[in-house]
Amino acid sequence: MFPASRYSIQAQRCIRALKTVKAEHAPPQLYTWRWKCSSAVTPRITSHYTICPRDKDPRWEGVEMERFADEADVVIVGGGPAGLSAAIRLKQLANEQEKELRVCLVEKASQIGAHTLSGACLEPSALNELFPDWKERGAPLNTPVTEDVFSLLTKKYRIPVPMLPGLPMNNHGNYIVRLGHFVRWLGEQAEELGVEIYPGYAAAEVLFHEDGSVKGIATNDVGIAKDGSPKDVFERGMELHAKVTLFGEGCHGHLAKQLYRQFNLRENCEPQTYAIGLKEVWLIDEKKWRPGRVEHSVGWPLNRNTYGGSFLYHLNEGEPLVALGVVVGLDYTNPYLSPFREFQRWKHHPFIAKTLEGGNRIAYGARALNEGGYQCLPKVTFPGGMLIGCSPGFMNVPKIKGTHTAMKSGMLAAEAIFPKVTAKDLASETAGLHVPEYEDNLKKSWIWKELYSVRNIRPSFHNYFGLYGGMVYTGVFYWILRGKEPWTLKHAGLDSAQLKPAKECTAIEYPKPDGKLSFDLLSSVALSGTNHEGDQPPHLTLKDDSIPVTNNLAIYDGPEQRFCPAGVYEYVPLETGEGMRLQINAQNCVHCKTCDIKDPSQNINWVVPEGSGGPAYNGM
Amino acid sequence: MSRVLVGVKRVIDYAVKIRVKPDHSGVVTDGVKHSMNPFCEIAVEEAVKLKEKKFIKEVVAVSCGPTQVTETIRTALAMGCDRGIHVEVSGKDYEAMGPLQISKIFAALAKKEEASLVILGKQAIDDDCNQTGQMTAALLDWPQGTFASEVTIDGEKVKVVREIDGGLETIKISMPAVLTADLRLNTPRYATLPNIMKAKKKKIATMKPADLGVDMVSRVEVLRVDEPPTRLAGVKVETVDDLVAKLKANGTI
Repeated sequence: MFPASRYSIQAQRCIRALKTVKAEHAPPQLYTWRWKCSSAVTPRITSHYTICPRDKDPRWEGVEMERFADEADVVIVGGGPAGLSAAIRLKQLANEQEKELRVCLVEKASQIGAHTLSGACLEPSALNELFPDWKERGAPLNTPVTEDVFSLLTKKYRIPVPMLPGLPMNNHGNYIVRLGHFVRWLGEQAEELGVEIYPGYAAAEVLFHEDGSVKGIATNDVGIAKDGSPKDVFERGMELHAKVTLFGEGCHGHLAKQLYRQFNLRENCEPQTYAIGLKEVWLIDEKKWRPGRVEHSVGWPLNRNTYGGSFLYHLNEGEPLVALGVVVGLDYTNPYLSPFREFQRWKHHPFIAKTLEGGNRIAYGARALNEGGYQCLPKVTFPGGMLIGCSPGFMNVPKIKGTHTAMKSGMLAAEAIFPKVTAKDLASETAGLHVPEYEDNLKKSWIWKELYSVRNIRPSFHNYFGLYGGMVYTGVFYWILRGKEPWTLKHAGLDSAQLKPAKECTAIEYPKPDGKLSFDLLSSVALSGTNHEGDQPPHLTLKDDSIPVTNNLAIYDGPEQRFCPAGVYEYVPLETGEGMRLQINAQNCVHCKTCDIKDPSQNINWVVPEGSGGPAYNGM
Repeated sequence: MSRVLVGVKRVIDYAVKIRVKPDHSGVVTDGVKHSMNPFCEIAVEEAVKLKEKKFIKEVVAVSCGPTQVTETIRTALAMGCDRGIHVEVSGKDYEAMGPLQISKIFAALAKKEEASLVILGKQAIDDDCNQTGQMTAALLDWPQGTFASEVTIDGEKVKVVREIDGGLETIKISMPAVLTADLRLNTPRYATLPNIMKAKKKKIATMKPADLGVDMVSRVEVLRVDEPPTRLAGVKVETVDDLVAKLKANGTI
């Protein structure tokens, strides 16, 4: 026994991964030493230059790193409702006042609308202000809401909840839209007005002047191999300089994350809280099709302490299409919860299944959304730039609508910038224009009033009765008092800090997908049309490659395997010996940002991959 | 005065899940992500490489279709082509458009532009025809170097290494000629943003097939388009005897 353990020590030193001594036979210090060895065997996962800098890397010696630069008056990051509305408003003002204005918009999707995903029920308030003649211009608002149904689901039954006028989710006067098509239409309007739109180019870096103000952005480099070395086709991204840069990256933007730290924009607000929304589009049996019908539900399959709900909208665009999905609050505590599998099993509820029976699924996608509302609004202006849309987060959570407020924020930004950027002398203390008027205008607008009045609904779910407490609170305080109560409830804190360790929770038994109503993850991901250039560093970067196994897997049983709606994260056995390693299937990513939000170790940093990569949504 | 014509086709992106139209007349294309046919990208890259090596003076990118194909031509211009030609075909003509009509258009353009080479992708990933290059060469009575994995210009001749079933075949053909690009010919460069911006200033000429004396009437009528049948689940057998019994039972042996 003793000579064996002496030889074992020699063996361990030479052949680290081989297990020659079982733990129970080894003296304690050998076990600890071996534990250190196995963590030292963590295979390298992250090779992205944001984690592995290139200036000291010998493979990058002599590579030309100079970037081509161009100047515009305003640069907008993100071709979603906020970014496009801001661009359109700027050009409308420029044309009205006969001034020249160069507006450039960069968007990481290959075409405008390809990364857009939402329910969606559009409140046309902001659109009416932007284009009063939107109908004549052919905006794809084809489905006015005709029926509004709200249910509380139990495992087998459904309790109808009356949709009284005045309740936030009442949809009278709104339109069911395919937001991707609406955004595509906005893109066409913007191009007609002279906005330069560049889809397929992602803003990868924020550029700063010497005085710390924002100078513009740089697009992604292309042609970097998976191991981080330059390929033959390597080319640097391009710099776009502007007097003001608008960041409209949508929920949890990666550049916005940097800007919060840089300019300390979140010092006086609560940390943002999020939800993940998963959506499918189905072609159903014509007999079951009721165009204009809006259905929402809460309750089953989520328990009363997990915030979430579902939607099912009947579109009216020729074919019998329905858009349906489930939203799960990312402040859930059980690491065994899988939002994707909750969605799949929700479809089996008799009330839902009866609509879907005999139908075909034609699309799938997912995206994180904001749930924080008023309490989580950061400062939105800083020298050289501002944040618009879902990036700071203007979503009205109980209404489940954020498009109208995102559009309005873009328009307000444009109106605040325009006089300053076209003024004869750019009276500015900083090289990049600071436009605090935008924040003042926001506070005076209907966005602020709306968000203020619903501020207490979401946090009211944080009580012992969970969902039921929240519904009672909404009924009493919102419906009767319209949010005029003098107190402001707080949220629960960072979503990533809410998970309980796996050993304190019970695993959830999810039913197997039946291939007719519910499906497996990989065939769903295939439907999203997502793809990325394979030979590039994974854009899901880890600050520390060893933490997933030592922390996420050890304490929380690897929740990223369950919350990622695209199967990016997998724990697979190590090829050598025992133990697991994290495998990142970056090509599957649908750019939902949930991992960056929910990772309990906050070790995952989502950065933008090569432009044009990502989902290929069509009217989602 | 060496000029090369490169054909580029706008096709549904390869990663997108295809959906058959409910009336089975074709596939859904509206709003679906499209991109340049991967083999056409390789063809453009080869042409631009030849220009960079100074074998040819000008590269002209050509595409046939409705207005959206100009985006594909712009990408080719951003990769290094000098100018573009958009042959406008839309509606029913576009749906019925096939290799025969395209090759007639390319043959007419090759003569008009006095091209020394026509470089195309070996096939399009939507119809997988693999006919346009060959038909174009036949209409022009020019030699063809198809499935090219290596192209070298040697004076007035072109040496082409072709990928064939048995391996690699090297041929020498005289110019003017038609080449079609196979996968391993090169790695296409990215169309970077500064080049896209420059490409906006490059010219794209527009014309109709009739201007080239080409009639778009199709000799092929698509009767029906269906999804491939869903693959049935397999059955696992425990022993070789089981396997033989099952194969006998379903008549295979």
